[in-house]
Amino acid sequence: MEIRGETFPQLLLEHARIRGGRTAMREKYLGIWQSWTWAQVADEVRWLACGLASQGFSRGMNLAIIGDNRPRLYWAFAAAQSLGAVPVPLYQDAITSEMEFVLNDAEIADALVEDQEQVDKLLEIRPRAPRLQRIYYDDTRGMRDYDQAGLMSYDRLRELGRDYDRAHPEFFAQSVASTQAGDVSVMLYTSGTTGKPKGVCHTHASMIAAARGDVGFDGFGENEEVLSYLPMAWVGDHLFSYAQAMVAGFTVNCPESSETVMIDMREIGPTYYFGPPRVFENLLTQVTIRVDDAARIKRAMYHYFMGVARRCGADLLEGRAVSIKDRLLYALGSFLIYAPLRNVLGMSRIRVAYTGGAAISPELYGFYRSLGINLKQLYGQTETAAYVCKQTSGQTKLDVVGRPMPGVEIKIADNGEVLVKTPSMLKEYYKRPDATAESITPDGYFMTGDAGYIDGDGDLKIIDRAKDVGRLADGTLFAPQFIENKLKFFPHIKEAVCFGDKTDRVCAFINIDLQSVGNWAEKQNLSYGGYVDLAGKTEVYALIEHCVSQVNLDLARDPQLAGSQVKRFLILHKELDADDDELTRTRKVRRGFIAEKYAPLVTALYSGQSAQHIKTQVKFEDGRVGYIEATLRIKDMSPVSPARQAA
Amino acid sequence: MSASKRRIGDVILKVENISLAFGGVKALTDVSLDVRQHEIRAIIGPNGAGKSSMLNVINGVYQPTAGSVTFKGVKRHQVRPHEAATQGIARTFQNIALFKGMSVLDNLMTGRTLKMKAGFLSQCLYFGPALKEELEHRRKVEEIIDFLQIESIRKTPVGRLPYGLQKRVELGRALAAEPEVLLLDEPMAGMNVEEKQDMCRFILDVNDEFGTTIVLIEHDMGVVMDLSDRVVVLDYGRKIGDGTPAEIRGNQAVIDAYLGVKH
Repeated sequence: MEIRGETFPQLLLEHARIRGGRTAMREKYLGIWQSWTWAQVADEVRWLACGLASQGFSRGMNLAIIGDNRPRLYWAFAAAQSLGAVPVPLYQDAITSEMEFVLNDAEIADALVEDQEQVDKLLEIRPRAPRLQRIYYDDTRGMRDYDQAGLMSYDRLRELGRDYDRAHPEFFAQSVASTQAGDVSVMLYTSGTTGKPKGVCHTHASMIAAARGDVGFDGFGENEEVLSYLPMAWVGDHLFSYAQAMVAGFTVNCPESSETVMIDMREIGPTYYFGPPRVFENLLTQVTIRVDDAARIKRAMYHYFMGVARRCGADLLEGRAVSIKDRLLYALGSFLIYAPLRNVLGMSRIRVAYTGGAAISPELYGFYRSLGINLKQLYGQTETAAYVCKQTSGQTKLDVVGRPMPGVEIKIADNGEVLVKTPSMLKEYYKRPDATAESITPDGYFMTGDAGYIDGDGDLKIIDRAKDVGRLADGTLFAPQFIENKLKFFPHIKEAVCFGDKTDRVCAFINIDLQSVGNWAEKQNLSYGGYVDLAGKTEVYALIEHCVSQVNLDLARDPQLAGSQVKRFLILHKELDADDDELTRTRKVRRGFIAEKYAPLVTALYSGQSAQHIKTQVKFEDGRVGYIEATLRIKDMSPVSPARQAA
Repeated sequence: MSASKRRIGDVILKVENISLAFGGVKALTDVSLDVRQHEIRAIIGPNGAGKSSMLNVINGVYQPTAGSVTFKGVKRHQVRPHEAATQGIARTFQNIALFKGMSVLDNLMTGRTLKMKAGFLSQCLYFGPALKEELEHRRKVEEIIDFLQIESIRKTPVGRLPYGLQKRVELGRALAAEPEVLLLDEPMAGMNVEEKQDMCRFILDVNDEFGTTIVLIEHDMGVVMDLSDRVVVLDYGRKIGDGTPAEIRGNQAVIDAYLGVKH
């Protein structure tokens, strides 16, 4: 049933009217899942909105929202929107300088934050963000001795709101009625692989168009359960935990803490799941580690049946013909391995799972589908409210992101860049008409910056960022992310950074995964004294060399990419970290920045040296600075020739 | 952290002229110290100075050969451990003393044992008052889990946890008894920097949120000087210094004890 309402607050009131008694949200608190019905949520939002209004917050202002996924923070979105104001979620783990920029750029006067940690950050920033007046906090723990001006607890604000509501009973309803589809509903700051973050302004109309499209596409109804665990400042979470829930009327579950997500997921058993590839990767890494620790017979069973699943699991999911023998084996495997494994992953009830935000390696994607989990890819950006392409349930190819969603038009520019026209298009970049003009063509297409093409079946295939795709000196195509993703599929490799544009060969930085490699080292009776030491071990180099040679073998099979095999690599002495600006907040590698920061290492890779000394500055979460020093060895790889492969 | 804002009250625990000997070994000789309500009191000293012995005397594990312990106005020559516990003194141990095979939750529930009043039969049948009581205890324990941010390991057997977390669970177990005075025996021994920071944070929060008086033994001087309101220094079983961190820092006898003197 299509629900009426042009703006999110209107949708909320409509849900409260037609399904007021159904559960809208849950949060695990003190070990017990607490729930709120749609009617209760509508009341909470009403009081919060009135409370904010009583403090002078009104149309035209922006409300910063900072914290983990908490019901009250989600209500703050609706409350701000009810007043015609704009919620601006910030990444809660952002360091102060990043927050300072956004607070100033968005002209924030009011902020609603989760706890003491965020309050401390804002108080530290306040002298440099003079507009910031009022800070509201949800969790009162540790806040007793704070007497700074402008601080107020959520509970107090809620009380003030109830008073205000009693005094002005018509205020909220009138305010919601006056919200319009064309109003800006949310401002999401892009992580920005280059330059300073920009505030992407979406209207109610564009977010609701995206959500309606998604809900219609997969037939989501009020019975879906989702777990909201992704950063609230990410478009993916906003669409999935807020916009879609508001359109479809399903239940959003907030985990107890960011560390308990896996446990909470098992308890809730979501029917619909969304995560960037990284999350799926982490889950697989954990599974792999635990399988490696299991008894030999279990290990053998796992490997045997995963082989069966790889052979026929995806075919069964997509309804293609499979031999009787394989069907029987798969059924047995389902009983012994797949179903218990799905249960451990909390994916027993999943109808649809999506991944997006970055390219997913085919191997990783295949793993989940072969288990019978309907994992699909979607494609979109913050600017298009992540609503461009989605794979359909039946027909799924590994290496494409699917067909355009209803209402979306795609064309490919001459340089291979994907251009998109969608009803979910951003209104503008906040206060950046120049950037807005730059990224939208005169005929109304958004320039995605991704290189790709539409294949014979009408599916969109993304290769890489348009500006990253390069060529080696001999003209071979070089798609760095493509190779990096292949490397990262190995559980031992956490990050990889490839270089090669306009040079004679491809070289790579590798980041080992401490958990996975540490576990491996333990089993080899290899002692080590921390990350730097482990990363430099000869044995670890041999381990990684094996992974790299696998990737080279894979590349050798593709005549276009055979020349872009990794010729030399080194293992970095520190983990790439968003705090050091090496990754974006959504954990994409910032290749250019890394190349500059580790210039001596890049030079060494290309000059043929076998080792290079480096001293690196690291920033801790509290802003302090330290140094890590190490001498890194460089490993040469012998190229795999396609000819030898054939033989 | 604003120590000045906490209301430090009157003396809650007073140890007078304690001597303790094991055969010919004199662990403590005529030591007196007092602890005020809501304060964080550190006991420091070189190895074998008698710090742990002091804690053991306070909560009755050791019986002093001379001297008395006054807790909340009641003077005793001998304290028994269970008396100390019922009166509101809880402690953690230098070597973690948890039930390794039991989950974190169950370990914390053991901290509530003294507060369980329901009869044996009704507990067995999980019926009537026992049921109500269990719910209350569980709620209290969940509050502590929330407080110490150990939700993710609620059901993990303690033996499988890393050392730093076990220490945190042990603190939780002591907190579960809702003590007035908390004795911490080297809560940060063997931890890395990050774990130490977390533990410091928790100790301050316990002191601040619950108003718990804390007596702690610690070797990390940075931690001691940052955390404590007053410090007492023991050496060879004798008290050689007592005062604020600043005073202790300037105390010649303490400097000599730590750095040694030329003879």
